[in-house]
Amino acid sequence: MTYLFIFVPFILLVILNLLPKRLRAAAFYSTLAMLAAQVVFSPFEFVKPAQMEVIFGFNLIINNLSVILLMISGLIAGVSLVAGWATLKDDDKKFNFISLILLSVIGLNGIAMVKDVFSLYVFIEATAVATFILISLNMDKPAFEGILKYLILSVVASTLMLTSIALLIISCGSLGFSDIRAFIYPSGGTIFSQAAVALFICGLLIKGGLVPFHGWVADAYTSAPASVSILLAGIITKASGVFTLIKFMTSTLCFTTSIMDMLLFVGALSIVFGALAALGQKDIKRILAYSSISQMGYIVIALGTGTPLGIFAALFHFINHAIFKSQLFVNAAAVEEQTGTRDMDKMGGLAQVMPVTGVTSAIASLSTAGIPPLAGFWSKLLIIISLWLSGNFAYAVIAVLASLLTLAYFLYFQRSIFFGKVPADLANVREADALLVSPAVLLSALTVGIGLAFPFILKLFMRQ
Amino acid sequence: MNIMIFLLVLLVLAALWAVMTSLLLRAAIALALTSIILTVLMFEMGAPLAAVFELSVCAGLISVVFISVISLTHRLPLKEYLDRRKNRIGRFWFLPVLLVIAGLAMFYFKQSFDMRLPAKILIADVRVVLWQLRRLDLFGQIIILLAGVFGVLILFGGSKKNGN
Repeated sequence: MTYLFIFVPFILLVILNLLPKRLRAAAFYSTLAMLAAQVVFSPFEFVKPAQMEVIFGFNLIINNLSVILLMISGLIAGVSLVAGWATLKDDDKKFNFISLILLSVIGLNGIAMVKDVFSLYVFIEATAVATFILISLNMDKPAFEGILKYLILSVVASTLMLTSIALLIISCGSLGFSDIRAFIYPSGGTIFSQAAVALFICGLLIKGGLVPFHGWVADAYTSAPASVSILLAGIITKASGVFTLIKFMTSTLCFTTSIMDMLLFVGALSIVFGALAALGQKDIKRILAYSSISQMGYIVIALGTGTPLGIFAALFHFINHAIFKSQLFVNAAAVEEQTGTRDMDKMGGLAQVMPVTGVTSAIASLSTAGIPPLAGFWSKLLIIISLWLSGNFAYAVIAVLASLLTLAYFLYFQRSIFFGKVPADLANVREADALLVSPAVLLSALTVGIGLAFPFILKLFMRQ
Repeated sequence: MNIMIFLLVLLVLAALWAVMTSLLLRAAIALALTSIILTVLMFEMGAPLAAVFELSVCAGLISVVFISVISLTHRLPLKEYLDRRKNRIGRFWFLPVLLVIAGLAMFYFKQSFDMRLPAKILIADVRVVLWQLRRLDLFGQIIILLAGVFGVLILFGGSKKNGN
């Protein structure tokens, strides 16, 4: 079953590219069906003991961590696909977009299920290459500028990760997670293995766009087509950055004091910098991009506690962030599509003419700011509790204060776009297409649903 | 050992030339030269398969791609070219300095640590590693290549549509 998550999108990609042009509409429906099947079938692997499969020489593992990424990547790729179908105008562009989504999904599914560091690196790169092309889909100058920054920092990250892989094979003699764990836990390993772990983590922090490696994030998110921003912000940078970090650290148990201190510091820096930078933005996508950096900081700081509660909180915030940030980018796509601008100063009162987009955007903003009983509140609460219980009181206070900053910039975001009077030139604006509204409603329902069902979710995880 | 040091110095000089030259064509040639010297080093160090890959892919295929792309670009006017060359040398003067510091640091580390590969890796047959143990990675690399193919189709197809 495990290998199907990699083979099915690959086979679908090949078949779709062999179809004659007149049958290309089938590409949208078949890809959507495949992604829906991934979301529905992957939970069946949850709560089972970890399974390993060696089929066609593919050495894969599926555990609860993999299931989470499989579900979230299927969901967000599906949302992005629907938004792309609604917003991309050119038929060829739509088809290429679908093919690249399938390639990204193969990369993401690979990241979820691999069992060694080199395969992990290969699938991270596969996802990254597909993403570079996705960002440049509109072929305009800002997109190329954004992609160039992303490319340069990605190359730096790849160099760090490859150096780390070389050092790991010299010191541990193998690249399998279990072999690395056996070598470095509990003794801490040699200076080579410690350097290798630190380099690999630095590479992942660059891929995840954490401060001080965040230079590319705002430009890449802003210059990409609306549907690509959803995929990029919702899952791709998170999966190849923080999710891989969680997977790498929990698989190799490399929670040394210096690594945890580094993660706590980088996390706190990202939380504060992202929130402060978001406060000064006028572009919808830019404010969301900086907010994303800040929320990544919360995930990394929770992981930096090294406690089971901290790891659970990091993972839970990863899930919540994927849902509410994708939804905010769907809302941004709807607003841009209807008004033709991303400048918040030129907007106002849109909740009167776009009520569904207004309400769903408010739900996602409140969840990001950590307002109860929405999903974001629980994950932030757990992050702060884990910091407090692990004795990191100063970091816990920073996390609480930055949450107020998050609330401030999202209130400004909502007020500028959705409250007040509608400007005269936007008087004829109507609610967005159903293809843009329905994903927003679905993701909002998930944000509310996860928030209300939190005790059940916590119980499920505690049983593991 | 002396030939190795000579080749390493040549390698570093060729790499520096690739980064510091202001002409794209010269940079591509310098990169190919770097790859060729690296190939010789790999042969000397007993890694013939890696050397063949380096020679065919990096020195051969990638140089062809670079030179084909450069042939599609326009040459800069002489004055602008001279200005850029001056700025480039001004901007990258620190690279050779960094290189010397890194070289000294590496020399120190080589004295202090054992950097040999574990014996079980050295005896593994490269065919078994490539076609049996690392088959998943080969599949991942096919995905990377496919994404690259889509990139070329989209970028070149798009520029043809725009008439560029």
